[in-house]
Amino acid sequence: MSKKRIMGLFSDFEEAHDAIADIRRNAVPGLTVDNVTMTSPIEHPEVEEILGDRPVHIQKFTLFGAIFGVTFGFLFLSGAQATFLVQPQGGKAVIPLPSNFTLMYEMLIFFGVWFTFFAFLFLSGLLKKRSALYSEKVSLDQVAIIVEIDGSLDEPVKELFQKHKVLEIREEVVQ
Amino acid sequence: MVTEKDINEQIAWAKINTDVLESMENPRPAFWVTLAVCVAMVACAVLAEYIQYTEGMGTANLNNPHMWDMYIAAFVFWIGMSHSGTLLSAILHLIHADWRKPIYRFAEAMTTFSLLTAGLFPMIHLGRVWNLYWVLPYVSDRGHWPNFRSPLVWDAFAISTYLTASMLFLFVGMIPDLAICRDNTSGWRKKLYTVLSLGWVGSDRQWRHFRKIYLLMACFLIPLAVSVHSIVSADFAMSIMPGWHITSFPPYFVAGALYSGCAAIITLFILLRYFFRFEDYMTLAIMEKTCKLTFAIAMVWTYLNLIEFASIWYGHDMYNKELLIAKATGPYAPIFWTMIFCGSVLPFTLAFQKLRRHMPTMFVVSLFLNLGMFFERWMIVAPTLSMSQEPHQWDVMYGSIIEWAIVFGSFGWFGMLFLIFVKVFPSVSMYEVKEMVFHRKRSAGEEDLARMTDHSKPVTQTTGGEGA
Repeated sequence: MSKKRIMGLFSDFEEAHDAIADIRRNAVPGLTVDNVTMTSPIEHPEVEEILGDRPVHIQKFTLFGAIFGVTFGFLFLSGAQATFLVQPQGGKAVIPLPSNFTLMYEMLIFFGVWFTFFAFLFLSGLLKKRSALYSEKVSLDQVAIIVEIDGSLDEPVKELFQKHKVLEIREEVVQ
Repeated sequence: MVTEKDINEQIAWAKINTDVLESMENPRPAFWVTLAVCVAMVACAVLAEYIQYTEGMGTANLNNPHMWDMYIAAFVFWIGMSHSGTLLSAILHLIHADWRKPIYRFAEAMTTFSLLTAGLFPMIHLGRVWNLYWVLPYVSDRGHWPNFRSPLVWDAFAISTYLTASMLFLFVGMIPDLAICRDNTSGWRKKLYTVLSLGWVGSDRQWRHFRKIYLLMACFLIPLAVSVHSIVSADFAMSIMPGWHITSFPPYFVAGALYSGCAAIITLFILLRYFFRFEDYMTLAIMEKTCKLTFAIAMVWTYLNLIEFASIWYGHDMYNKELLIAKATGPYAPIFWTMIFCGSVLPFTLAFQKLRRHMPTMFVVSLFLNLGMFFERWMIVAPTLSMSQEPHQWDVMYGSIIEWAIVFGSFGWFGMLFLIFVKVFPSVSMYEVKEMVFHRKRSAGEEDLARMTDHSKPVTQTTGGEGA
C-alpha cells in the first residue's frame, strides 16, 4: 500500500484543534496523533498539547555546553598559566582562582549558548529541504494539519478535515 | 475605569504582515535623510582616524596623565547602550510582559550594533591599529599568554561572549519572521531570507524547540549582560586611583547601562514610528510603559550616585574627597552638573503623562538623557586622570577635535548600521505581534464572558493604536 501525506489548511486554531482532538479520539481508525504534524503562524502551546507529549531535549545540550565551557575554561586558563612557572611570580598564585572564575563564567555562557544554538538547529528539523506540502498561507494566518497515512485512509481523513471546515486540502505520495 | 490597550486587538494578521513588509520597502524620505547624515558623520570619523593614524596619537591629545579619555568614555557608553536589548527582550520575556513584543526586535539590534561600535574604540585608542589582535588572548611566539589577572583581558572575553550571544539571540528570534519575508518577497531579498530562515515552516516541533531555545538564551543573556558591565567597571574599580576604586561601581555601571539603553530605545522608538508609519504597533501605551521603566531606572541611577557621593564624603579619603569637590566646583563642573541635571532632574519629565505622550518632547528628552549618560562616562574617566594624587601632574583636558570627531562619528556608525538593519530586516516582530493580538483578544473574550455574570468588573477600551 502506498503512503500519502495529506495537508488540510484551516482558518483558525479552534477548528484545527478540534480536528486533532477527533484524531486523538480515534475518529479515523488506524490514524494516531503520532502521524500528525501541525504548522502554524504563531506558537500555540494549548493546541500543541493535544498532540500529546513530544519532549524537547535542547536543555540537555545546554547543560552539556555549560559544563564543557567551565571545564574547558579552567583547563585552558590553568594550562596557559602553568607556562608562567618559568617566570618569577613575586609570591602570587600561579593559577589565580578569582580571576579564573570570572573567565570561566564567561566561557560557561559562551559554550552554553553555542551548544544550545546547534542543538536547536538539529533537533528542530531546520536546514532541511521544505516539503512540497508547505503552504505560504501558514506564514500569514492559516493553520495546517499534515498527516502521514496509508492510501486506504485517504477518504476518511479528508472527510474529517471537511467536517472541521477545512479551506484547502493538498496531498503528496511518499516514496 | 478605562484601560488603554497596548495594541489594537482587532488588527488583522494579514495587515501585520503587509505593514511590516511594506516598511522595509517604502520608508518616509526622512529615513534616507537620516541615513545620509549618519554616513556623513562616519566620513568625519574616518577622516579624523586617518589623521590620527598618519600623525600619531598626539593629535588626540592623549598623553600622560591622559592616557585614557574620551575614547574609553565612548567605549563604556556604547557597551552600556547595548544593555537595552537584554533588558527589553530577555528580562521582559521572562516576566511575561508582552507589551515588549512590538519593540524588542530593534532593541536587540541596538545591542548588537552598540557592541560593534564599542568594539572599535579599544582599537582606535590603541593608536597602532595594525596591532589590534593584541587585544585577543593568544599565546605569543615566546610561549607566553596574556595576564589573565587583568580586567582588560576579562573585557575581551566578556564582550566577545556578549556579542556572540546577543547576535545569536537576535538571529534566533528573527527566524519565523525571516520565513514570512521569504514567503512574501522576490529577487535578492527572497534569496537572502531563504538562506537565513533555515527552512523554517512553523511546525509544532519547530515551535516547541523555538520556545525552549528562546527561554534558555534569555536566561543566559541576563547574567551575561550584568557580568559584562561589571567587568567593564572592573577596568576602573580594580585600580587604586581616586574616583575609580569604588565598591559600588559594578551596580552603578549596570544601572547606568540600562538607563542609557532605555533612553536610546525611546529615541529609536520615535524615529521608527515616524519613518515606517508604525503608529499601530509602536503605540502611545507602549511608549508610556517604556518611559515609566526608564524613569524607574533613572531613579536607581540617581540613588547609586548619591550613595557613591555619600560614601566618599563620609569615608574621609582625602584624594577621593578632593576629587569629588573638584568635579563639582572645578573646571569640569559645567559637565558634571549637566550630567546631574540630565541624568537625575530631567527624567522627572517622564513622570507626567502629558509629556510622555508628546513624541517631540520625548525625543528631545531622550537625547538629553543620553547626553547626560555620555557625560557620566566622561566624568568617570577624565577627572581622575586630570586631578589624581600628584598635583604636579594636574592637567585639565577637554579632548581634541580629532577625538570629538571620532566619537561623533561613532554615533553615525551606529545609526548607519541600525538603519540598514531595519531596512533589510523586519524591525517589528510579526509573529510575536500576532501572538500578542491573539492571546489578548482571547483573554478579552474570556473577560467579557466573566463580565456578563459580574457587572462590577471594569470596561476596556481600544485606543492604543492611534497616532500622535
